[in-house]
Amino acid sequence: MTAYLKMDEPDHRRRLDETVQGIIGTAMDRPDGAAKVTGTAIYAHEDQPKGMAHGVFARAPVAKGTLTRIDGEKLRALPGVLAVLSGPKFLRNPAQGGANEAPVQGSETIAYLGQPIALVVAETFEQARHAAHMLEMEITSEDGLINPEDAGYETPEDQQDSQGDLEQAMRDAARSVDVTYTTPSHNSGAMEPHASIAAWDGDRLTLRGSYQMPNYNQYELADSLGVEPENVRILAPFVGGGFGSKLGIAPEAVAAALAAREVGRPVGVALTRQQVFEATMRRSESRQRVRLCVDSEGRLTGIGHEAYVSNLPDEEFSEPVTQATPFLYAGAHRVIGHHIARVHRTCAGSVRAPGESIGVTVLENAMDELAHDLKIDPIELRLKNIPDKNPTSGLPFSSHTLAQALKTGRDRFGWDQRNPEPRSRREGEWLLGMGMASAVRVNILSEARARVTLSPGGTALVETDMTDIGTGTYAILTQICGEMLGLAGDKVIVSLGDTDHPHGPGSGGSWGAASSGTAVFLACQKIRAEVAKKLDADEADLTFKDGTIIYGNRQAPLSDLIDQEIAVEGHVEPGKTSDEVTQATYGAHFAEVAVNAVTGETRVRRMLGVFAAGRILNAKTARSQCLGGMTFGIGMALTEEIAHDPRDGHIVNHDFAEYHLPVNADVPQLDVVLLEERDDYANPLQAKGIGELGICGAAAAITNAIFNATGVRVRDYPATLDKVLAGLPQKA
Amino acid sequence: MRTFEYSRAADPGEAARFAHEGATIIAGGTNLLDLMKLEVMAPDRLIDINRLDLKWIESTQDGGLRIGTLVSNSDLAADMRVREGWPVLSKALLSGATGQLRNKATTGGNLLQRTRCYYFYDTDMPCNKREPGSGCAALGGFNRIHAILGTSDQCIATHPSDMAVAMRTLDAKVEILSNEEGVRMIDLGDLYRLPGDTPHIETTLKPGEMITHVILPPPLEGRQIYRKVRDRASYAFALVSIAAAVDVQDGKIATAKLAFGGVGPCPWRMPQVENLLTGQTPSAHLWEKATDLLLEDATGQGSNDFKIPLLRRTLAAVMDEATRGDGK
Amino acid sequence: MQTQLKINGTEHDLDHDPRVSLLDALRNHLNLTGTKKGCDHGQCGACTVLLNGRRINSCLTLACMHDGDEITTIEGIGTPEELSPLQTAFIEHDGFQCGYCTPGQICSATAMLEEARQGWPSHVTVDVTTSPELTDTEIAERMSGNLCRCSAYPNIVDAIRQAAGKSA
Repeated sequence: MTAYLKMDEPDHRRRLDETVQGIIGTAMDRPDGAAKVTGTAIYAHEDQPKGMAHGVFARAPVAKGTLTRIDGEKLRALPGVLAVLSGPKFLRNPAQGGANEAPVQGSETIAYLGQPIALVVAETFEQARHAAHMLEMEITSEDGLINPEDAGYETPEDQQDSQGDLEQAMRDAARSVDVTYTTPSHNSGAMEPHASIAAWDGDRLTLRGSYQMPNYNQYELADSLGVEPENVRILAPFVGGGFGSKLGIAPEAVAAALAAREVGRPVGVALTRQQVFEATMRRSESRQRVRLCVDSEGRLTGIGHEAYVSNLPDEEFSEPVTQATPFLYAGAHRVIGHHIARVHRTCAGSVRAPGESIGVTVLENAMDELAHDLKIDPIELRLKNIPDKNPTSGLPFSSHTLAQALKTGRDRFGWDQRNPEPRSRREGEWLLGMGMASAVRVNILSEARARVTLSPGGTALVETDMTDIGTGTYAILTQICGEMLGLAGDKVIVSLGDTDHPHGPGSGGSWGAASSGTAVFLACQKIRAEVAKKLDADEADLTFKDGTIIYGNRQAPLSDLIDQEIAVEGHVEPGKTSDEVTQATYGAHFAEVAVNAVTGETRVRRMLGVFAAGRILNAKTARSQCLGGMTFGIGMALTEEIAHDPRDGHIVNHDFAEYHLPVNADVPQLDVVLLEERDDYANPLQAKGIGELGICGAAAAITNAIFNATGVRVRDYPATLDKVLAGLPQKA
Repeated sequence: MRTFEYSRAADPGEAARFAHEGATIIAGGTNLLDLMKLEVMAPDRLIDINRLDLKWIESTQDGGLRIGTLVSNSDLAADMRVREGWPVLSKALLSGATGQLRNKATTGGNLLQRTRCYYFYDTDMPCNKREPGSGCAALGGFNRIHAILGTSDQCIATHPSDMAVAMRTLDAKVEILSNEEGVRMIDLGDLYRLPGDTPHIETTLKPGEMITHVILPPPLEGRQIYRKVRDRASYAFALVSIAAAVDVQDGKIATAKLAFGGVGPCPWRMPQVENLLTGQTPSAHLWEKATDLLLEDATGQGSNDFKIPLLRRTLAAVMDEATRGDGK
Repeated sequence: MQTQLKINGTEHDLDHDPRVSLLDALRNHLNLTGTKKGCDHGQCGACTVLLNGRRINSCLTLACMHDGDEITTIEGIGTPEELSPLQTAFIEHDGFQCGYCTPGQICSATAMLEEARQGWPSHVTVDVTTSPELTDTEIAERMSGNLCRCSAYPNIVDAIRQAAGKSA
């Protein structure tokens, strides 16, 4: 049985407000929690099959060139070495998110330093690691463009937009800012390095991998190998973080599969942390020019946002920096510009909230600069400029909570304690300041399928190849199913990350929970109807609670009403509500920082995020997602930066000692407020994505606070102490 | 990691003997194994000294301490004698690495840890320290963490230790067991060599020598400070650090002992700076003069230029703190 | 070579290459995959285990160096049926998301509480001659050797504070 919905109309029924099980939205503990805290949850490079051989990559030591020969023979003489692979099927870099086909392939053409160009397979990891280090190769090296500013920028026509006359508006403005900011390349830094174990059974391949989107990865892997997708099964029941880095099939999966076929036994390949930096995805660095102009009342008359990013040749992905700029603020005159340089650096792809994470951040810095120039409160400036419809497309908003978030945050954070005059608060060596920023992220519904099977015993099974990458999928699908079918959380089993299940939407773009949740919702709705049919009742007249059906003044346990399993596959596709309204999530960030007047070191003292994302499906996991996003913002603001060597573009700081993710001591006890909201246009759950909203703009709240504390505007992220120091007075 | 022969030393003499034959000594292993995995270091033979009886901190007759080379960074930092008499050492240790690493890292190993230069760590890059004559990729590369003092045109790497900086301030001595000469004692400052044309030779230890103890003289009068400036609040190497032991008597600086981390190829100390300060009345002007002298030969390499003003500002703040009030 | 490792109270005979790290011995040879590999260089803390009661990075030591030592991994801290107070608190406070750093966090916190009980100071202890109270700042500093990219840090601090209170 199937239940299908194309989301063409808003769903005003709000079914989940009527159901009575009472677990939807609660702070239910994760059902997968016990497995995770005891180390029994199985990740990619675990549950190693008997006889598994180990593969380790060798890397290209130059940025551009041709690999003419590798000396596999010599390596095969080393103890334990089983095979040395290379060749046309090797992936140059991972597939981009949702590609559904193979990325650029072939180890002969070297496009960046660090590209995996050969795999050494041995009996043990230690043998393979040493042999990979010993690999001799012949390479014809060429000069390649490394630095985006040297390479020059393409200007794709379909990615430019303008309306009105911004130049004129800037000239006519009562006040304007025209500022350029830069952000560096970033790394996702998921704690589990990319890993795959490949095993063939005849023509059928099973790959246990650390992947966010098995629904696409199955086809990407099949296409890369030249086999039928039906013969590829991907398992990813637990994924040790993704943040975009595990969207597309990556080099180690393909190499493991090729190697397993070659040596006739399962092969496991885990990237080293250094290889994760070099051979997966980076967020592109950006240069962003923002122009803002206002009339004498502080109303925006124009906005310009032009972005300069980079990627490898032949990659379609281009960091969508300006994604939210067309609709966040009012202003009749607009220029949206997008430019991309082709360089020989590690592939650029999705890192948490591609686009808004850095784009909203810089826009929100520019807004702070404008507010300061205007001597107007930065919250006030934003409130004045919230549009009542999408100012670019003219479409209505599905819902809009920015004003509420700003006001709620203002009160809760104690914004009235902020002195707008920079450098006006000091405690000993520490200069104190507050800053804020708006948060916004587009909301997307993605095609999704899930099967729900209700058993007469009063338990339900949810199956989809959707993943839980820490996002709480196990919890929220349990809650949606339990709520709809009147089952306690422990009566619902959720099975994820197996491409033999119906295809989910994958984890990415914050759409996972709402999309896969809707598929589960649809299946449950149909199951309810099936139960109602047996009673000759209308589904809407039935109440499902604790394994019991209540209808009229009667009630009966489920087992009395159904004598066999009811299985329904829910299927949702986006429809007109994705095009006829503008859907987004909103929020507001507030930060208080202390900047050391002697050293320029910045420490975040307090931080508050107020967010609205439609119905919150689980108060605990949603809050955790926000904490994560905000902490990414702390990293982006203060420490995170991929350093590319100026000569060959390689990632100099390719490990966790020198690429500084925030540590526990960098993060205060963050405060999160989730606003009540229902978005009927989003889906029948009225829920929207929350996984990425927390990062969008977060860094700007911190750097705006640094300005308030010190009077120093760091326009070159991250605001490391050297850059702050450069603006501090000589006498601390 | 290249394969190696592993054995355990039965006594310090045996360790020194094996070391003389070319074996590499492994104690905590937190830096050696890190480098061996990358084949930056590739010893044929490892001699494990962890079971030797060198894990004790003994009080010496003159009121100092004799610290066994295998005393972990944690135990040293937590020792109440150290906390009370040599707090700068406790503080330096606690500002370094993490709880896990400090539990494994040893006193001798900490002194002998290698640089964190990115290019030293990457065997596809030229590095005179790793491969003499191959060049220095840090020059002209990304060199934010690199040294501004004591460098050469062959190498601009820093010594990453916090502990060693404090020990240098405390006039620590190193007790060395030599396979050929028996026991000898040197000032910690004499353990390290500047890079010059031979950046691969980092210490004055000869083949067949091992550090067995570090000796601390009796506690110093006055105030002890360890200040570490870094990018993260924790778990990051120093961009600049200062270990200071300063005694003020009657409004004048009686003694000032200062060592600097994150700026040189070894824990940096400059007696002329201390002489300049001694006998003087604390003042911002005096700090300026002292820093001018300290930084006379300082050279930035681009990304690390900021260390020069940073060191200047940090030293002034440390001296202010050290000489504030009654100096107690 | 041969090494006998005592892990969670059980002796294991390991026939191995001397290059095998303690971490790889656990994961690749003994199927004790609760201990995670996040960086293999002591830069993340995911591989934290207890060695004779003290927390260490199992990636930065060799298996052959540890015959006769008492090694405790996450599998020895608690099971899904019998959780330790810290494990329970981590679930309650959502002290994790993806779960990959979690065994390391819990092993680390287990040993850290013992360090605090013994009065060890930390970098944020103002007076190192005192035995500091385990404030949030102290917990955060002492747990900074365990990276969590999902950034459950505030929840980890909450969980540890709760567990510390219970066992004190």
